Amino acid sequence: MSQYELDARRILCPMPVIRTQNRVVELQPGDTLIVTCTDPGALNDIPAWCRINGHTVIKTERRDDDVIITLEVGAA
Amino acid sequence: MTQRKAVSLISGGLDSLLATKVMLEQGVHVEGINFFTGFCVEGHTHAIRKRDQQKEKRNNALWCAEQLGVKLHIIDVIEEYKDVLLNPKHGYGANLNPCQDCKTFMIHKALEWIKAHDFDFIITGEVVGQRPMSQRKDLMPVIARESGANDLLLRPLCAKNLPETLPEREGWVDRSRLLDFSGRNRKPQMALAAQYGFTDYATPAGGCCFLTDENYSKKVVDMWQHRPSRDYELDDIMLLKVGRHIRPKDNFKLIVGREEGENKFMEGYRKQFISIYTTSHPGPLVLLDGRDISDADIELAGRITARFGQGRDAETVDVEARLPGGEIKTFQVAPMPPHAIKPEWYV
Repeated sequence: MSQYELDARRILCPMPVIRTQNRVVELQPGDTLIVTCTDPGALNDIPAWCRINGHTVIKTERRDDDVIITLEVGAA
Repeated sequence: MTQRKAVSLISGGLDSLLATKVMLEQGVHVEGINFFTGFCVEGHTHAIRKRDQQKEKRNNALWCAEQLGVKLHIIDVIEEYKDVLLNPKHGYGANLNPCQDCKTFMIHKALEWIKAHDFDFIITGEVVGQRPMSQRKDLMPVIARESGANDLLLRPLCAKNLPETLPEREGWVDRSRLLDFSGRNRKPQMALAAQYGFTDYATPAGGCCFLTDENYSKKVVDMWQHRPSRDYELDDIMLLKVGRHIRPKDNFKLIVGREEGENKFMEGYRKQFISIYTTSHPGPLVLLDGRDISDADIELAGRITARFGQGRDAETVDVEARLPGGEIKTFQVAPMPPHAIKPEWYV
């Protein structure tokens, strides 16, 4: 199981979701991806995308102007 | 019996929600697909403007998929969509909306997707006669043909008004359980939504494409008229949604932030554009978009910038202009009086 990071700052939804989706395709089940965004909409959209596509959001947090979403990749 | 698989074009509106549900009720495996052109982005503006940041934000396509319990694939088609917008075979609607070509393009992309993912057919939430361009009865077969989907394209909400498609002929779906909606009346959709228990769906017939907006379209045209080519990037599309756009001269325009959220968003573009703000008084961040911008142009822009800040009534204000390379110019200007800003400068 590996941990990866994705910088999705200064782009607006749905681009952070698309970047997350495209990165997750390259990862293995059980891998962790930490996505950093500046669009607060990502706090809703990325978890929603995870729920419908079988991935798990481990943590969401706000840090200054960033929102950070940590997810675990589910089975394909 | 093999479970058939369909991909549904989910826009986030009620019709595609219902069309997908109709297919799920027939036991078809459905996954959603949503194409991001760069223009179907109401949420972007909400995310930018501070006054809108307290509103509940949701991507309606994701919301629909979650209600339906289906996967959703969001596909970035920004680059490919340029050709649709720049060279629409069937022209534009009331503004810069190339609706028929857009629909054809999206169905063609869905066709590519089902071939790549071993799915059987495509569904959409289209309703005969609901929209003046892309959903006219006579155009529906044209779109099916020109997209290449032909009879792999099923429109469950109005299928009974159209010729049988392959999924119906082959018995993958039961035509008798499809619908015969037509026209602009939304009551049948609302009744069906109530029957399925959907209550919190996006505004019916809401539409979410900026290209149908007159003011936005004017800004796009202005951008094309003042550039060597009609090409554009995602950043261009985004910036057309932000701030006041003021063009005092042919070679440049100002993008004037209207409030804190926009100023903050525009800060991300200071390495790409000359940026201006007043240092002696609070005021907006302004980006200069253009070419061959001279010191005199920057001073003119400084005067206009001052007009929109709290120093508008001062004799002079201090202005700082930062060039994309980081060089900073500081100067004093008299704010431009309101009557000197010509109405035709506003894009």
